[in-house]
Amino acid sequence: MIPWLNDAAAAWSALVLTLQLASVTTVLLLCLATPLAWWLSQTTSRWRAPILAFVTLPLVLPPTVLGFYLLVAMGPQGWLGQWTQAMGWGLLSFTFKGLVLGSMVYSLPFAVQPLQHAFEVMGRRPMEVAATLGARPLDAFFSVALPLARSGLITAAILTFAHTVGEFGVILMIGGNVPGQTRVLSTEIYGHVEAMEYAQAHALAAGMLVFSFAVLYGLAAVKRRWPGVGAGA
Amino acid sequence: MNRVQLQFQRNQFALQLDVQWPEQGITVILGASGSGKTSLLRCVAGLERPQRARIEIGGVLWQDDQQALFVPTWQRALGYVFQESSLLPHLTVQQNLAYGLQRASARPQVHSLAQAIELLGIGHLLARSPGALSGGERQRVALARALASQPRLLLLDEPMASLDAARRQEILPWLEKMRDELHLPMLYVTHAADEAARLGAHMWVLEQGQVKAQGAVTEVFANIHPPLVAGQDLGALLHGRLVERHSDWHLCRVAFEGGELWMRDSGLALGQAVRMRLLAKDVSIATVAPQHTSIQNLLSAVIEAVASDEHPSQVLVRLRVGPSVVLSRITQRAWATLGLHVGQPVYLQVKSVALVA
Repeated sequence: MIPWLNDAAAAWSALVLTLQLASVTTVLLLCLATPLAWWLSQTTSRWRAPILAFVTLPLVLPPTVLGFYLLVAMGPQGWLGQWTQAMGWGLLSFTFKGLVLGSMVYSLPFAVQPLQHAFEVMGRRPMEVAATLGARPLDAFFSVALPLARSGLITAAILTFAHTVGEFGVILMIGGNVPGQTRVLSTEIYGHVEAMEYAQAHALAAGMLVFSFAVLYGLAAVKRRWPGVGAGA
Repeated sequence: MNRVQLQFQRNQFALQLDVQWPEQGITVILGASGSGKTSLLRCVAGLERPQRARIEIGGVLWQDDQQALFVPTWQRALGYVFQESSLLPHLTVQQNLAYGLQRASARPQVHSLAQAIELLGIGHLLARSPGALSGGERQRVALARALASQPRLLLLDEPMASLDAARRQEILPWLEKMRDELHLPMLYVTHAADEAARLGAHMWVLEQGQVKAQGAVTEVFANIHPPLVAGQDLGALLHGRLVERHSDWHLCRVAFEGGELWMRDSGLALGQAVRMRLLAKDVSIATVAPQHTSIQNLLSAVIEAVASDEHPSQVLVRLRVGPSVVLSRITQRAWATLGLHVGQPVYLQVKSVALVA
């Protein structure tokens, strides 16, 4: 096979996998983070502080630490691994599913924080208004709280997606570098650098740079479009 | 009857009361800020949960701790108008109105949406978003939205507090229209005695979480042991009817039970029912009929009671003019030199009369 074609195929496969991983992670994480952020914004429970700290951990910990613990948990002896095996799903380590789980943990604060902030800025009044108009709590959540927090929702989605695209440490720890399975753009770049293939590394790295810039620029546009969302009429 | 008994405590503040009010007309809750009037309204709505309460509205129990009953806000047939604009900003005016209407489909349809829109004159605003409305328009939409949710009780928490004096005049006539055209009991929270005088039928005066006075507005305003909000002008409230107009002098004559008064012609129609406030400081007492005076409004009255005023130099006198009651604030010295006493027939000079509605 022609070497440059081979490179292009590998890059293409890594790109597709990266986008798949980021999309699946974003969708699943938003489903999880939205109720969690809502709870954090409303509760006066004494569990709020520890859970908030726990949610924020991935922001502070080195990805290798996260990846290490996830790898141990997912392994044949780990609690997660034992459970997934008992359920007949096999082991998650070195699989795409494992990467999704790792990415969700890794990006958790990026999804929760904008949502929580949007819910807090909104205040109690809109939900009170909905209740006085006869809306039951779940109805009020979907018809009032979510639409009012849409800028937070969009920000959370963009940040999660971009953060997952840029993920490296966790993936290397729990995913290894299996082509077509767990080899994403960041690990592909790493591989090229290791092999001294600077030209290929340059091409991918520049692509990532442009992508990241576009995401951040787009985020600013979202903020401009809905500056006062949640602040009341 | 509607009845609320409750005990509500939060931090240093305690609210404790037992009140009843008729199932029609506006009942005003008058109090200074911090008196607990908003907390009371929130407890009735179920937005706060009082420690102990029994809340019965139109024969339906909304809370009764003896039965461990607490109906959540969304199941209570109420309308609530908040102090500041509470329109849902992501919806248009039309969608805001529909929001309550759709969710009230299980309640008996008393007020149609069309009726509410017409009553509050907001037909031309339907397509707009809340951000494009003036403060007064927003509150009118909020009132219509509350009506569309088919309430048994309308709760109004200082609906004009966020508006300036001019905008208030844009809202007041609509509130009066709602009062006069709907058979819907309303609880109206305010710190302004003039709003109470203008709108109320019944009122409670709240101070530090307790009811200091309650009864028909005229009775409460005629109380000379004044629990009324400090700093507010004290004065009696009279219900009258416009009976004559004198176009040369730009005056009109208003008859009330027990007498009549001339006042500035403000263009109201003959036969129109009006409410007047006679501030105690504008009413003076004479033992003989005054002549050659510029004050033309003269009433004969009988002294009914006297009480000391805030400042020791002054006294408050309650006088009966036929069946009506008028208050006068005079100096202690005048009371002594004129030799006034309870039961004495006197003449009252009324320097000015304010039309409140």
